[in-house]
Amino acid sequence: MSQTLSNPPLVSRGVAPVTRLAPVALPGPRLGLGLPALLLLAFGVVPQLGGEYWLGAILVPFLILSLAGLGLNLLTGYAGQTSLGSGGFMAVGAFATFGFVVHGGLPLPLAIFLAGLVTAGAGLVFGLPSDRIKGFYLMVSSLAAQFFFEWLFQKFPWFYNYGSSGTITLPRLELFGFDIGSAQGRYYVTLSTVVLLTWIAVSLTRSQIGRNWMAVRDMDTAAAVIGIPVYRSKVVAFAVSSFYLGIAGALWAFLYLGSASVQSFGISRSFQVLFIIIIGGMGSIAGNFIGAAFISLLPLAIDHIAQGFFAGHVDAGLLQNIQKAIFGLLIIGFLIKEPDGLARLLRTLGERLSNWPLRF
Amino acid sequence: MKRLLLTALLAASVATTALVPPSAFADSKEQYVPLPTYRVGPYASSGTLWWAGTLDYFRYINEVEGGVNGVKLKVEEFETEWSPDRTVEVYERVKNGKDGAPVAFFFTHGTPASYALIEKGAADKIPLIDPAGGRTESTDGTVFPYAFPLLFNYFSQASVGINYIAQKEGGFDKLKGKKIVTVYHDSAYGRETQAAVELLAKKYGFENYQIPVADPGNEQSPQWRQVREIKPDWVFLRTWGVSTPVAIKTAQRFGIPADHIIGDVWAGSEADVIPAGAAAKGYQALAPYPGGASFEIHDRLRKTILDTGKSDLKDKKFFGAVYYNIGLINAVLAVEALRAGQAKFGNKPLNGEEGRWGFEHLTIDDARLKQIGFYGLLQPIKLTPSDHEGGGAARIQQWDGEKWVLVTDWIQADRDTLRPLIEAKSAAYAKEHNITPRSPTAEN
Repeated sequence: MSQTLSNPPLVSRGVAPVTRLAPVALPGPRLGLGLPALLLLAFGVVPQLGGEYWLGAILVPFLILSLAGLGLNLLTGYAGQTSLGSGGFMAVGAFATFGFVVHGGLPLPLAIFLAGLVTAGAGLVFGLPSDRIKGFYLMVSSLAAQFFFEWLFQKFPWFYNYGSSGTITLPRLELFGFDIGSAQGRYYVTLSTVVLLTWIAVSLTRSQIGRNWMAVRDMDTAAAVIGIPVYRSKVVAFAVSSFYLGIAGALWAFLYLGSASVQSFGISRSFQVLFIIIIGGMGSIAGNFIGAAFISLLPLAIDHIAQGFFAGHVDAGLLQNIQKAIFGLLIIGFLIKEPDGLARLLRTLGERLSNWPLRF
Repeated sequence: MKRLLLTALLAASVATTALVPPSAFADSKEQYVPLPTYRVGPYASSGTLWWAGTLDYFRYINEVEGGVNGVKLKVEEFETEWSPDRTVEVYERVKNGKDGAPVAFFFTHGTPASYALIEKGAADKIPLIDPAGGRTESTDGTVFPYAFPLLFNYFSQASVGINYIAQKEGGFDKLKGKKIVTVYHDSAYGRETQAAVELLAKKYGFENYQIPVADPGNEQSPQWRQVREIKPDWVFLRTWGVSTPVAIKTAQRFGIPADHIIGDVWAGSEADVIPAGAAAKGYQALAPYPGGASFEIHDRLRKTILDTGKSDLKDKKFFGAVYYNIGLINAVLAVEALRAGQAKFGNKPLNGEEGRWGFEHLTIDDARLKQIGFYGLLQPIKLTPSDHEGGGAARIQQWDGEKWVLVTDWIQADRDTLRPLIEAKSAAYAKEHNITPRSPTAEN
C-alpha cells in the first residue's frame, strides 16, 4: 500500500510525532458519509429496486466473486505469494460445507464457518512449500492443489454422499428458521457475509499481520533482517486466504448455483479469480469489487447490448466471438492504461477530480 | 478507499437500472423459446451444428407451417460456453418470458446445468428439458415434476448397450462370463451409468470393469493397457469430446478391434470418428439421434430452408450430421409437446405449467412420425406424469470410414429392470428434500 503524494503528512492529524522513525499506528480510516451511504444503498435500496434476476443472478455471483478475489488478493496482493489454486480451495469450502450438513447434521451458517476453517487448514498445508520456493515455481505448486482437490472430490464418493453423478445439492436453505431460498434472502445472506469478511480483511491488512505481509511482499530478505517471521507470515497468509476462498466456494455452490460439482471449481475458476485481482488491482480491497464487477458484469452488459441491437442481423456465432474480442480488448486497454488495475485508475481519476481546477 | 467502493457500487447500480429488462406485458401471440447455446469454447464445434438443426426446424415451423397451430415461436439464443454458471444466469434472465411471450420449457443443453437448475425449475414451474442427458432419477416425474431427461436417459443408454451386445453374442444367456469393460469420462456424465451396468452384470452374469479417463483425456495409454490386460469381449465407450477419437486410436494401438467397441450417444458423431481416421472403421455407436440426410424431414427442409438460404448451417455438407439431427429431434420434441399442451389449453402460447402438461402427455406414434417426416429418425415416444423419459430406445450405427450406416432398428432398453433403481434414487432425493411425491392419478 503505497502512500500517495496527495495524502496529508501523518503529523498533521496528530497521530504520530515526526521524531518517530516509523508510525506505530496507521491513521484511522476516514469515516465520512461514504461507507454508511454505501451500506444503506446495498442493504436498503438495492433489494427494493432490483428484481429477482438482478439480485439472484447478477449481484449474488458478483459479491461472491468479489469475496474470492479478496481471498486471493490477501495472499497475492498483500503477502506477495502467487497462487493458481483458488478454484481448488473454493471446492474444499463447498464440499466441506456439504459434508458438515449431510454427514454432520450441522446448521448451514456453522457448516460454512467450519468449512472455512477446513479450507484454511488445507491452504496451510499447500502453503508449506512457500518456505523454499517463490514466484512462478510457487504458482506451479499451487496448481497442484487445484488438480489434487479436483481429483479428490471426484474419486471418493463419500464427499458427494454417494450420489450417482458427483454433484452436491443441499435441501431447502434455512437460516435460524427463516427460508432464505428467495433471491432477496440469498442476496442478504451473501451481502452480510461479504461485508463482515471485508471489514475483517481491512482490519487485518492494517494490523501487524497485514504489515508483516506487505514487508514480506516488498522484500522478504529485508523483512527477515528486521525480525519479521517471514515463513510464518507466508503460511498464515495462505491459511487466511484459503479461509476466504472456502467461504466463497460454499456461497457459490449453495447460495448462487444451488448445486455444484468439481467442474464448477475448475482451473478456469482459478484464472477468473486471478484476473479479478489483476484487473481490479493487487493490494487493494476495493479493487476486488471493481475487478469482479468488470469480469462478471461486463460480459453480461455486452451481451445485453448485443442482443438488443444486433440479434437477428448478425450471425449468432460471429456475434458471440465479437463479444469475446471486445472483452479482451477492453482488458488489454485498461491494463496498458493502468497496470496497477482499475482501483488505481479510479483513484487517480478521483484525485484529479477533487483538485480544482480540473485538469485532464 | 471508501470513496472508491462507493464509486464502484454507484456505477454498478447505475448500470443496473439502465439494464433492467422491461416488465412483461400479458397477452402476446408468441411463444418465447430461449436457448442457452455454446458457439464459443471447447464444445463449439458440436454446438454450432446442434443449434443449426434446432433453429432450422423452428424456422421451418414458423415460416412454412405458420407456427405451432398459428402460435409463432420467438427464439432467442444466449451464449453459455457450456458453463452451468452461465446457464443459471440465462435461466434467471428468461424465466419470466419476454415482452409478454411466456416460456413453456427451458432446454438446459447440458447435464451439469440440469443439476444446477433442478430445484429452481420446480420452484418456478418451468420444465427443464435435457434429452438423452439430465439427472437419471428425474425420470420419476412424481418426485421431479419439472425435470425431463427426455427420450433416452443414462440408464437406458447402458441397457441398450448391453442388449446390443447380447444380440451380437446370440442371446442373454451367452453373456454369462463375458468381460465387458466400460471406459468412461470421469465426470457426472461418465459415472451416471455405473449403477445400471452393475445391476445388469448381476442379472446376466457378465464381468463388469469400469475404467475412468480423466478430463480432457488426450492421453489414454495406461487405460488401454489395462483394457488389453483384461482381454475384454466388448468395450463400452462412454467418453466425450476429444477423449473419444483418442480412445479409438489408442484402442487400435493396443489391438482392441474397433468393431467390438460400442460408443455411447455422446461418443457417436462425425466429430468423434473423423479425427481417429482409419482406426474408427467398424466402430459402432448408440444412435437415439441417427446420422444421415435421407429422412423425409430432410427433404422438406432442403426444399424450404436449405435451398432458400434460410438455414443457420454455414457449411451445407453438415446437413444431416449427427449433431445437426440432434438439434432437429430436440426441436420437434418441443414442438410436439406444445401441440399436446395446446390440445388441452387452446391454441395459444403456453406457460410453464401448461408446458409441463404438454410434455407429460406427449405421444408420438409411428403414424405421427410419418406425418411430421421423422420416421426412422426419431423413435416412437410416449410420456406420462410418472415417466419423464418416454422413449428408451436407440438404433446402432456403424462408421464405414466415410459415413454412419444404421445397422439395426430401434433396440429397446430393459426399462422394467432399471425402474426400481430409478425409484430408489428418487425416493432418496424426496426424503433428503422433504418432497411428498405427487400422485398423477389424483390430478388431471
